[in-house]
Amino acid sequence: MNAPAAAITLAAPSSQARSAERAARQAEVVAALSPLLPGHALLWHGEDTVPYECDGLTAYRQLPLLVALPETEAQVAAVLKACHALQVPVVARGAGTGLSGGAMPHPLGVTLSLAKFNKIVMIDRLARTATVQCGVRNLAISEAAAPFGLYYAPDPSSQIACTIGGNVAENSGGVHCLKYGLTLHNVLRVRGFTATGEPIEFGSEALDVPGLDLLPLVVGSEGMLAVTTEVTVKLVPKPALARCIMASFDDIRKAGDAVAAVIAAGIIPAGLEMMDKPMTAAVEDFVHAGYDLTAEAILLCESDGTPEEVAEEIDRMLDVLSGCGATRLEVSRDEQQRLTFWSGRKNAFPASGRISPDYMCMDSTIPRKRLADILLAIAEMEKKYGLKCCNVFHAGDGNLHPLILFDANDPDQMHRCELFGADILETSVAMGGTVTGEHGVGVEKLSSMCVQFSPAEREQMFAIKRAFDSAELLNPGKVIPTLQRCAEYGKMHVKKGLLPFAELERF
Amino acid sequence: MEADPALSRLINQVQVAASDRVPLDIRGGGSKAFYGGEPVGEPLDVAPLAGISSYEPSELVVTVRAGTRLSELEAALAEKGQCLPFEPPRFGASGTVGGMVAAGLAGPARAAVGGVRDYVLGATMINGRAELLSFGGQVIKNVAGYDVSRVLAGSMGIFGVICEVSLKVLPMPPASVTLRLEMDAGNAIRRLNEWGGQPLPLNASAWWDGMLVLRLSGAVAAVQAAHDKIGGELIAPAAALPFWQGLRDHSDEFFVGASRAVDGGAALWRLSVPATAGPLKLSGEQLLEWGGAQRWICTSAPAQTLRDAAAAVGGHAVLFRARDKTAGTFAPLKPALAAVHQKLKQAFDPERIFNPGRLVPGL
Repeated sequence: MNAPAAAITLAAPSSQARSAERAARQAEVVAALSPLLPGHALLWHGEDTVPYECDGLTAYRQLPLLVALPETEAQVAAVLKACHALQVPVVARGAGTGLSGGAMPHPLGVTLSLAKFNKIVMIDRLARTATVQCGVRNLAISEAAAPFGLYYAPDPSSQIACTIGGNVAENSGGVHCLKYGLTLHNVLRVRGFTATGEPIEFGSEALDVPGLDLLPLVVGSEGMLAVTTEVTVKLVPKPALARCIMASFDDIRKAGDAVAAVIAAGIIPAGLEMMDKPMTAAVEDFVHAGYDLTAEAILLCESDGTPEEVAEEIDRMLDVLSGCGATRLEVSRDEQQRLTFWSGRKNAFPASGRISPDYMCMDSTIPRKRLADILLAIAEMEKKYGLKCCNVFHAGDGNLHPLILFDANDPDQMHRCELFGADILETSVAMGGTVTGEHGVGVEKLSSMCVQFSPAEREQMFAIKRAFDSAELLNPGKVIPTLQRCAEYGKMHVKKGLLPFAELERF
Repeated sequence: MEADPALSRLINQVQVAASDRVPLDIRGGGSKAFYGGEPVGEPLDVAPLAGISSYEPSELVVTVRAGTRLSELEAALAEKGQCLPFEPPRFGASGTVGGMVAAGLAGPARAAVGGVRDYVLGATMINGRAELLSFGGQVIKNVAGYDVSRVLAGSMGIFGVICEVSLKVLPMPPASVTLRLEMDAGNAIRRLNEWGGQPLPLNASAWWDGMLVLRLSGAVAAVQAAHDKIGGELIAPAAALPFWQGLRDHSDEFFVGASRAVDGGAALWRLSVPATAGPLKLSGEQLLEWGGAQRWICTSAPAQTLRDAAAAVGGHAVLFRARDKTAGTFAPLKPALAAVHQKLKQAFDPERIFNPGRLVPGL
């Protein structure tokens, strides 16, 4: 058997030797998997594997050793068993829309594409649940449930393409999390396979299970603990009505304060989003929704429910927003106008793509009260790194999506963009927040995890990983940075919570 | 923040216990000592590590030390018009926040609003190596690393000492009404599930002895409209409030009767089943909660009868209160899950000092 990946890296052999070794390893794995899958379900020629070289984080690319596309659970189990026997890393992949490189291939690993698991197994109208295979698209669940007046609440902006298996891996959010929760809060049961190919089930159709509740570990584990093949989700009744307020502010701080004031008034909006002035200009140019281009910040504040409920809540929201100094307030008249209000927010990413060759989307979360502070800090960083940044926020949950504009063909810009991004993440941690709210760590935020977690905390996470996957073959190298990587990164861990002790940080 | 001396003492005690391999019985207020496996080991008293560390109503987050009394936390939230929506049961006044998280029990609103783990945002804990670790945080959206803090909910302390938790809190609903409708169990289950599929502000339900009691909570207009639609007899707030509290804290008629029966040798079982499962044919009175998803039965029937009945409909049976707990609190785990339990325990607590046997025998 060939040496594992780590040994190759440490020995640093010539690229020629490495390529020969890789070819031999590839032949070995192809030989092991060929008997397990139909011919068309195994890809290893360069041109066939190129579509799998990255996910939505296109700046980081890597060709996999090979791609397996199983069609049945038995095949998934067989592939996992074979890979485990050969000690080959396995990277599960859904639609590849992730934004943190969680599905980036391993150079000596198998990319396990679950695209063929695309069947809706059952919609149970009375129980309000949908059981679907992992490759079913997020939006397809809501479409299938629509005839019953039900839908699946979490709505990441990629919902037209992203799969429920990927949502489970990332614990995806969306614009309605504040009221309806994240993926975790809307998943009842996850069925899948361990790294050794054993079937395993987390959660159930009841509201709890015997022993530990392991769903919170598995949901959001970025494919590192188990491979998901089937998911049972909760469906909720579609609200009879939704209306949205568009509020303009002439000052970022006032807009940030308005967000806190809405919550403090005891209102949980269905959505509460914020765009800064550069972002508003970019999206207006793209969607022509009639946004207020003079505003320093725009808030979108939505209420949903019965018509009586919405009328009551919209009145309360308007009171708070005008009390916070909104310079313009407009309430959507009808569904058409509500969608127009949202069109800009929903198109923030493509609109940024039009004004810059590339953009890097950040995803940190901060306490809501620090919204204005982080925006001002980002404005300073624009000067420091010489790059522009547009800002859209899930303001209701303090989740930021700064879009740093750069040109990936210019290595210096790419480098400055990475530094800019890390600065935003680490400033967010210092403000009491987290490096990722909903996109996951993947490969992108590995270094910043050194700042958020202490060596002992990271080691505890590795121990959890090994409890599920002792050989560390499922999506290795993602999410948790090694001690060595953090030592090289050289930044201090920010203390949090109760931790009053002087921790003996050596890295 | 100054080092809390109570925290240093806990860390020291864990350090000593780990090196001597002495089991520890982690205790808050002791109000849930009856639940789970028999507590064994040297007591580790978390109560001195108390106090609300930070609370900002506009962030909808409170950070609180584990030894804080639940009653103190709830009073502080109520002062700002907020609450713990999952209504954790209070089996007496001494219950603490750490115990609430470790036991993972939720009250009448569970089906509508989620359970304890859905409101845990972060936790600081001492693991079996006496390391103080912090996971999650104080923000609602957070996917940095494994979500260890939420796994602590319902873990019965087997991973370590919960020292501080950050919880999501919510405003109290502007309006709440309680209704009473006469119907049998089968109809109650069917109607609860049908209502669940409609945009109605159904917050809690209880069926016992031919009577279904519903609580609607939300915007004033929504509650009114739902009452008009559902019908039923309105119960005055002066009677409704103690009813739901009694259900939450197990001090109402059904549970008082169950307690007496337990003293006489019967057992109180909690069956957690899919909400749509029809009435379970078991001897003994049944109280249905959570839209049909939680069923309480006080019976002397053998454990296997209850476990089989729950498993047959896709659920499980918990031995909640009993003098003889040899049957184990939970149904035996499937082998793949049992293996993960063992390895996770090893990952957090290699010397196996924390709360041995409280969650699952042998863990």
